[in-house]
Amino acid sequence: MTTRTMVESIRECLRQEMELDERVMVLGEDVGRLGGVFRATEGLLDRFGGERVVDMPVAEGAIVGAGIGLAISGLRPVVEIQFLGFGHQAFHQIGQQAARLRYRSQGRYGVPLVIRAPFGGGVRTPEMHSDAFEALYAHAPGLTVVAPATAYDAKGMLAEAIASDDPVLFLEPLKGYRLVRDDVPDERYRVGFGKARVVRQGDDVTLVAWSAAIAVAERAADELAAGGIGAEVVDLRSLVPLDTDTVRDSVARTGRVAIVQEAPFTGGFAAELTATIQQECFYELEAPILRITAPDTPYPLAGVEDLYVPDVDRVVAEVGALMAVPA
Amino acid sequence: MTDEAVLDALRYMTLARTFDERATSLQRQGRFGTFSSVRGQEASVVGSASALDPSRDWIVPQYRELPALLRHGLPLENFALYFMGHPDGGAIPDGVRTLPIQISLAAQLPQAVGLAWGLRTQGGDGVVVTYFGDGASSEGDFHESLNLAGVTRAPVVFFLQNNGWAISTPRAAQTAARTLAERAPGYGVEGVLVDGNDLLAVHQVTAAAVARARAGGGPTLVESLTWRAGAHNTADDPTRYVEPGEDREWADRDPVARVERYLRARGALDDAGHERLAAECAAEVERALTVAFETPDAGAASLFDHVHADPPTRLVEQRAAWVARQEGMA
Repeated sequence: MTTRTMVESIRECLRQEMELDERVMVLGEDVGRLGGVFRATEGLLDRFGGERVVDMPVAEGAIVGAGIGLAISGLRPVVEIQFLGFGHQAFHQIGQQAARLRYRSQGRYGVPLVIRAPFGGGVRTPEMHSDAFEALYAHAPGLTVVAPATAYDAKGMLAEAIASDDPVLFLEPLKGYRLVRDDVPDERYRVGFGKARVVRQGDDVTLVAWSAAIAVAERAADELAAGGIGAEVVDLRSLVPLDTDTVRDSVARTGRVAIVQEAPFTGGFAAELTATIQQECFYELEAPILRITAPDTPYPLAGVEDLYVPDVDRVVAEVGALMAVPA
Repeated sequence: MTDEAVLDALRYMTLARTFDERATSLQRQGRFGTFSSVRGQEASVVGSASALDPSRDWIVPQYRELPALLRHGLPLENFALYFMGHPDGGAIPDGVRTLPIQISLAAQLPQAVGLAWGLRTQGGDGVVVTYFGDGASSEGDFHESLNLAGVTRAPVVFFLQNNGWAISTPRAAQTAARTLAERAPGYGVEGVLVDGNDLLAVHQVTAAAVARARAGGGPTLVESLTWRAGAHNTADDPTRYVEPGEDREWADRDPVARVERYLRARGALDDAGHERLAAECAAEVERALTVAFETPDAGAASLFDHVHADPPTRLVEQRAAWVARQEGMA
């Protein structure tokens, strides 16, 4: 067991999986000599060579499209999209091509492809980098979409993604790469998809979040506890497959729920969760389901991003108001 | 090509044309969905495919390459099922080295590069030939893929069928480039322009490109200059945009008739042989159509089969609900 940051944990996973299985390769922009702009692939080129760690031309569609072909050929490519904000240029290859090839070929071709992409804000990136459009991808049938919040989960879930016979979009929180740090086993392990994690228990309200928003929810829960409100924090870990059981059990017990996401309000994954909870827990709800999200505006310039992404103060204030709604 | 190989090619060309005619008729009857014919491009498709070894080479198609897929081992009934809208139409038997038909223009090209690159990385000597049209060559994926193929030296042949039209948009409105093949050197890729209605020329050019790729010589862009002899598909009306004289000029270069004339001149085909070939192709098309039409309708469960290797709970529940509803209605 070693205390690692999330990016170290991802790097460790890639190294171990590549050591074990020579079919695993890494490709993307600047993943080789630079080790990726976030250094997630640092050291892999020296260890595994240019055949398995490939600096690609700057063309997201071709990177993912080639990844599909490499996967069909029998390899296990792990593609890095430098920022999910640039994933739009590969969306057709991810959502339309990789996600449905198994279906279109009636099971003949699976696409064991991992697409790693940092997303979300909080690190003062230039424009267009921080889009949190996970809901777009969750809407593409056939695609698995996961978003770990801890270094432990990042390592175990990336190993699970590489082992998957289907394409996985593996979302990494920009802000969490170095900020998130926890105990990570040195040996290989996997964290299966579709099982949410109850981060902390509470009886009064359920906070549902994923990825970077988990840290916000946890700190908000601390403050709420100081005010006598017991907030249960549920980390979804994966959006597809979705663990509705854990969410339902928690909301059924607390009767109140707030969903925290970095993405804009309309059509975000929080909307999907809201509908699911409404359908499954209608009679147990004591107040309307609350969505704490970014506004329906583009991700702004760095100087005002703190006003955009939900922060602890906002979560505490909005959950406080939610608690005041009479049952 | 030996006379025997040309006869074999003629068989696939005739089979495709026979199927085209039946498919068009079936579409008019409402039994087939929208169908894109290969009519006029048979030499381009068959000449290129005949340069491939189905036991190691791959075809990554667009949607107008029926005879190439047949030669590679795809059952004709699967093709029929596809245009009937039956999910089994997407099935590809084990050992048949093709990807499914591609509808999203040029999206198959980076996949072809990756597939070729992966085959070589794993020590194989297979070559990937990917088909697309002049319209698809305007897509970003075309440019990204040629660029990537140039960098990786993947054993891939980009087979661009310049049939003159992207639905109604003529080649001249598609690009200001003099030829499409001449774009290749800009990507560090070989470019070749060939008469796509000349079976022997297409075969020769493709065979050379495949041999070069197999030997580690890198990718080639082949521009096959051909002509779409009819509509883009059964929903299209070319009388709105094709000048009558323009069409006629190319009809005189019918690639199937051209191969027949060639074989007759060499004494390799006579009236009896021609009739036998036509009858065999008609019988094969009818057999495949019978199999397709006798295939049971797909049930609601087929919507859910083959979406995930390991279906999420939510999808398993949806499947049960869909199947129950279908059974309730039965």
